[in-house]
Amino acid sequence: MKAETMPQPARFALPAPLQGLTRRRLFWPCATLALLLIINGAFNPNFFSITVKNGHLYGALIDILNRAAPLMLVAVGMTPVIATRGIDISVGAVVAICGAVAASLIGGTLIIQNGTPVYVSQTPMVLALLIALGAGLLCGLWNGALVAGAGMQPIVATLILMVAGRGVAQLITEGQIITVYYEPFFIIGNGFLFGLPVSLYIVAAVALLMLLLVHRTALGLFIEAVGINPVAARFAGLNARRILIMVYAFCGLCAAIAGLIVASNVKSADGNNAGLLMELDAILAVTLGGTSLAGGRFSLAGSLIGALIIQSLTYAIYSLGVPPEINMVVKSVVVLTVCLMQSDSFRATLLQHLRREPR
Amino acid sequence: MVVNASQPVLEMRGIDKRFPGVNALSKAALRLFPGEVHALMGQNGAGKSTLIKVLTGVETPDAGEIRLGNELVHPECVGHAQQLGISTVYQEINLCPNLSVAENIYIGRFPMRHGMVDWKRMQQDAVAALKALNVDVDVSLPLGHYPVAIQQMVAIARALSTDARILVLDEPTSSLDEDEVARLFDTLRGLKARGIAILFVTHFLDQTYAFSDRITVLRNGEFVGEYLAADLPRMALIEKMVGRAIEESAFARPAEDNNAEHAAQDTGAPLFSAQGLGKRGAVQPLDLEFRAGRVLGLGGLLGSGRTETARLLFGIDRADAGSVDCGGAKRQFRSPADAIRAGIGFCPEDRKTEGIVAELSIRENIVLALQARRGIFRYIPKRKQREIADRLIAQLGVRTPDAEKPIGQLSGGNQQKALLARWLATEPKMLILDEPTRGIDVAAKLEIMDMVKAQCRKGLAILFISSEMAEVLRVSDRIAVLRDRRKVGEIDGAGAQERDVFRLIAGAEQ
Ligand SMILES: Nc1ncnc2c1ncn2[C@@H]1O[C@H](COP(=O)(O)OP(=O)(O)OP(=O)(O)O)[C@@H](O)[C@H]1O
Ligand SMILES: [Mg+2]
Repeated sequence: MKAETMPQPARFALPAPLQGLTRRRLFWPCATLALLLIINGAFNPNFFSITVKNGHLYGALIDILNRAAPLMLVAVGMTPVIATRGIDISVGAVVAICGAVAASLIGGTLIIQNGTPVYVSQTPMVLALLIALGAGLLCGLWNGALVAGAGMQPIVATLILMVAGRGVAQLITEGQIITVYYEPFFIIGNGFLFGLPVSLYIVAAVALLMLLLVHRTALGLFIEAVGINPVAARFAGLNARRILIMVYAFCGLCAAIAGLIVASNVKSADGNNAGLLMELDAILAVTLGGTSLAGGRFSLAGSLIGALIIQSLTYAIYSLGVPPEINMVVKSVVVLTVCLMQSDSFRATLLQHLRREPR
Repeated sequence: MVVNASQPVLEMRGIDKRFPGVNALSKAALRLFPGEVHALMGQNGAGKSTLIKVLTGVETPDAGEIRLGNELVHPECVGHAQQLGISTVYQEINLCPNLSVAENIYIGRFPMRHGMVDWKRMQQDAVAALKALNVDVDVSLPLGHYPVAIQQMVAIARALSTDARILVLDEPTSSLDEDEVARLFDTLRGLKARGIAILFVTHFLDQTYAFSDRITVLRNGEFVGEYLAADLPRMALIEKMVGRAIEESAFARPAEDNNAEHAAQDTGAPLFSAQGLGKRGAVQPLDLEFRAGRVLGLGGLLGSGRTETARLLFGIDRADAGSVDCGGAKRQFRSPADAIRAGIGFCPEDRKTEGIVAELSIRENIVLALQARRGIFRYIPKRKQREIADRLIAQLGVRTPDAEKPIGQLSGGNQQKALLARWLATEPKMLILDEPTRGIDVAAKLEIMDMVKAQCRKGLAILFISSEMAEVLRVSDRIAVLRDRRKVGEIDGAGAQERDVFRLIAGAEQ
């Protein structure tokens, strides 16, 4: 009978020497990523080679990192939200909104300067970027207010912005795709610094800041406590509402930064398609990274690796020449396998069957 | 059923169960005979709950055998154990707070009619099942709506409503008051007469002796012995559980120490005082005074408003009348954080849902309130956290291999000690203890009460709530008596007798 929830599920695991390793938090995410990279390498001899062109590093690995940047950001933002037992499915829409805000504010008008045509920004770029980030923060605060203030279920609360957000983005772009001509804006998504893509520095900065906050302040403890037992957390003197609002705001901000990278990368803003389905990839990245949707313990590093897993998988599918019609199917099969392998109880059942077979 | 009293219905032998770092059971054994009430006794962490979980298929033993009658069985899960005729109430209530009371009782075996759930019959059956325990509640309301005691009765009703040969109750009475305990045991006597074997765990020796035929004692996961209750004197039982001799005088009310000093404390201004504090529907406005170094006990029956009073004092529920005077400043607490800042701590009655953060480590649970008061940025470095946790773990005798274990893996009593540690870490001026000894063994109870007294001598004020009247009488300097969510009087704790309190409760009737 299923009705009684068991206080402690019985656990089985691998033979003793392997146990220590597989118990490590990041073991499964790292193993999955390594496996995907090896598969990529086996089919594509140049996969691991990195060359220097015009002082920039080029290669498949760099490409994967660069393309994964927006997803890594969104996943980092999503992780604390999920740790509080919440979820934010509006991040894709927020990516679109912020891209649209930045693109429409910057745009680019052609003027002739000293006889050469140059594009200038309609609004000073720094101001435009700050406004876009502010819009993302506002979106996050809105979600946070609905969840913490109005006590709505996170999935419903953020569904509102997921649907409405696309509309807002289209209002901003007036239903068009806004092209940006102002070149400095392209640095964010296409530029290089000391040989590496600028977007990677952005990801590193955000992730580092968050890691510091989580490990060098009490934020990590508070988020986990609120995620595991909100009542006990409140009784211990935590302001659960404030913490919820903070994590949703941070998630919105991360999505905004991702939106800027996406818009800069494609030099335009598309209210309809920018960040489409990104919320799902982000949730998947967080899960693959070992953070449970049930809240509680979380791992930012795991989520970053999860995002890289998704990007390497996409890369593998394209480079192996999987027909485009079935690549979604392939992707989902791989994801399913990975998730099953990460589940203790599934491995236990599997092992039990394997052990029984010989008899 | 053929009752053959010389043949056990259940025999567990040589049961081993190891958890990482802990030997929860080693060579544990247990025999149950039909139609007997059997008490499983042992200190916190002795392995009682684990033995029960092994029996009911929640945990798989590392070694040992379980026989039902002559048949060797391997219970695989709770459902399987139930098919084998073993019905269980676990120590931590594990029902679904969002489902209705009726659904909780019949979950998984809803009565069906024409292929559909027969809701009407389910409601009627649920009402009847609870009536048998003398509980009268609206069975269509969600379970979480009711206090812990009712939830415990529902869990018991659920276990009783299945046809079982063996009924296992892990500390079923820990949050029940005397009336309810009496009703429960009446019901159990009926079952016993039908030849059902009943195994129960309790830390209340009175109950052990009043209801059990035989006693099995576990210590550190090992089988100590099986005794006839009639042959085992109380002190001998305690010694078997603890493994050393204990002075009988330890159970007596401690002699009044330095009365002169006390008198001085009683006349000065109180540390905190509730003035007309109340909330419509919860507690009628009441006055309470908390003095440094004094224990104020709250007497009253279940549902008299004891926990509600504590919740108002701690800012969990917002009072709609009155205020708390904190040494001159009138305050209205809007949240626990406010109360904590004023120097108050609160050990809640329901430690699983309101106390522990199960998946976090013992260390994190202990520093949580202190860190919450310091805020996000004044982080206590890990090394310092460990120091605090290790010191309190040693001071309170929490039984654990180390402070990094998830608190949820501790035995019930040890969780309670860790929660006490959480508040001592904040060095509060006043501590509200709601059923602090719930589920705590005799020896640890003494330790905890001694600790409470020791803190008290250092100037801590304590509000002590317990459904065990004897305990309230033993530790309290004054006792405020509640009845029907209203304060009906206050008496001096020294020399007070149980009947004095009951007289107050009854006297208010006139
Ligand atoms: N799932 C688990 N993982 C690790 N250790 C565990 C687990 N469950 C129990 N233990 C440990 O096993 C020992 C026995 O615990 P158990 O809960 O059986 O004690 P108990 O006798 O029921 O105590 P109490 O009277 O406090 O309820 C304890 O030291 C406890 O910490
Ligand atoms: Mg127990």
